[in-house]
Amino acid sequence: MKKAGKGKGKVVIPGFGMTMGITVSMLSLLILIPLASVMAYSFKMSLPEFAELVTRPNIVQAFITSILCAFIAAVINSVFGVIIAWVLVRYEFFGKRLIDGMIELPFALPTAVAGITLTKMYSDNGFLGKAFERIGIEVAYTKIGIVIAMVFIGIPFVVRAIQPVLEKLPRSCEEAGLMLGASRSVVFRKIIFPEIMPPLLTGFGLALARGIGEYGSVIYISGNSEKNKTQVVSYIIMQKLNSGNVDYEGAAAIALILLIISFVMLFVINVIQHVASKRTSA
Amino acid sequence: MKNNSEKIVKWILIGITVIFLFIMLVLPMFEVIYRALKDGLAAYKTALTAKNTLSALKVTLIATIIALIVNTLLGIIMAWQVTKFDFKGKNVLATLIDIPFSISPVIAGLAFIMTFGRSGWAKPIVDAINNALGTDIELVFSVPAVVLATIFVTFPFISREIIPILNAQGRDEEEAAALMGASGFTIFRRITFPHIKWGLVYGMILCTARAFGEFGAVYAVSKARGKTFTLPLEVDALYMSGTADSITQAFAVSSLLVGMAVIVLILKNIVEYRAKGKKSV
Repeated sequence: MKKAGKGKGKVVIPGFGMTMGITVSMLSLLILIPLASVMAYSFKMSLPEFAELVTRPNIVQAFITSILCAFIAAVINSVFGVIIAWVLVRYEFFGKRLIDGMIELPFALPTAVAGITLTKMYSDNGFLGKAFERIGIEVAYTKIGIVIAMVFIGIPFVVRAIQPVLEKLPRSCEEAGLMLGASRSVVFRKIIFPEIMPPLLTGFGLALARGIGEYGSVIYISGNSEKNKTQVVSYIIMQKLNSGNVDYEGAAAIALILLIISFVMLFVINVIQHVASKRTSA
Repeated sequence: MKNNSEKIVKWILIGITVIFLFIMLVLPMFEVIYRALKDGLAAYKTALTAKNTLSALKVTLIATIIALIVNTLLGIIMAWQVTKFDFKGKNVLATLIDIPFSISPVIAGLAFIMTFGRSGWAKPIVDAINNALGTDIELVFSVPAVVLATIFVTFPFISREIIPILNAQGRDEEEAAALMGASGFTIFRRITFPHIKWGLVYGMILCTARAFGEFGAVYAVSKARGKTFTLPLEVDALYMSGTADSITQAFAVSSLLVGMAVIVLILKNIVEYRAKGKKSV
């Protein structure tokens, strides 16, 4: 079958050289070289300088805020994502197509619009803000607000990761389980859950990665207060690019840490997908 | 008994889904429209026809269209590259293409500042090219910078949609055509393209949505309101002005973006519906 490839036969499909040239050169020009510049810039600092900068309390706090809020949001999205995917795959009801169609809204809606809208809704003169205030919870300008913004942008990742897998899962497996006398919760835990675990982790990872780097939807509702610990990492980077006190080296150093976190997560997601695809094809 | 409890579970789960999505997705849409129209239609119209808004709309359209064209061509080429050939480092290449998907948009903006900015290492190269050509192109804090940042964040969208389709399709058809003497372009047009048509359109729709909505990356490389601002940046500027009027204007401009988002969603669903119809036939 495999005709193309080293030693196995002649490559018959034309265009290898041209597509390889274009792919590598454009990828380098548009993505890799600019990213390498960030790394090069942060290497201008000596190691002690670098360490001093990234361990400053406000920067460590920003990383904690970003990662913690993104993690909580990804957990919330995992729970609701599984329920939503399940409902969309397994049940028939009026308005289902409409609901299915709007899952990608957070992709399509500009983050800045989402950001200012959520802020107004949850601030003390917004109607949801008032409702929460009555039960004593402040949402806008707190970490809860950041989590809500991250839940908003993360929903589609989890739902769309699980949906196709659930669609392919034959109902006969569950029915067999039920026939053999297992309760519904046992069937879910032992039959369905193991199947949706890999896509759930993928969706969780994507939502988490998106949350950690998120800027537009978060910066309005967070209030960006150092005192209330609501500054996120991308805000700190942007701050160093703006205003009078431009600090490119500092921005590059923090960005480098953020890049490393992203790469590790990208790698983990790829490993999960790889392991999962091996398991299902076996 | 069992059937009954099953029904209860079903409606509880549907209830959770509907309530969650209503609060998280639908309510914010109404909020935008409500706040945009708070001061009446006349104020709404004024906000949308303001000079800064029109300029932002123009920049947004320029950036979106160029990003869409560049990424469509590159997306097809890259997808062809990683699915039709075997070579060393193929998986690495596929992963590298996906990078912009998982990094913070702020870093994308930062990357261009550090490459082409005042103290960026490529600044002398850009200057030299400008001198040689007699042009005055700036690659930061300018419209070209906005275009570059937009291309960066939407880079993987199209190849991501096509690669799985091409992988599933295999190479036999292309190989047969090549052996019978068809040229590369003919093979693509007659054999590959019909397979990836819907995936390509789907990817283009996602790319468009992300391109006109991008904020963080563009924000870093665009500083001149009324010149290099895109619609999301204009929303930010109006909102940050902080007066009641300007906030209402921010929501008026937002409503425009909501409209664009809804159109994108409708198109996406039409494409999905069509693609599914094709498969089942």
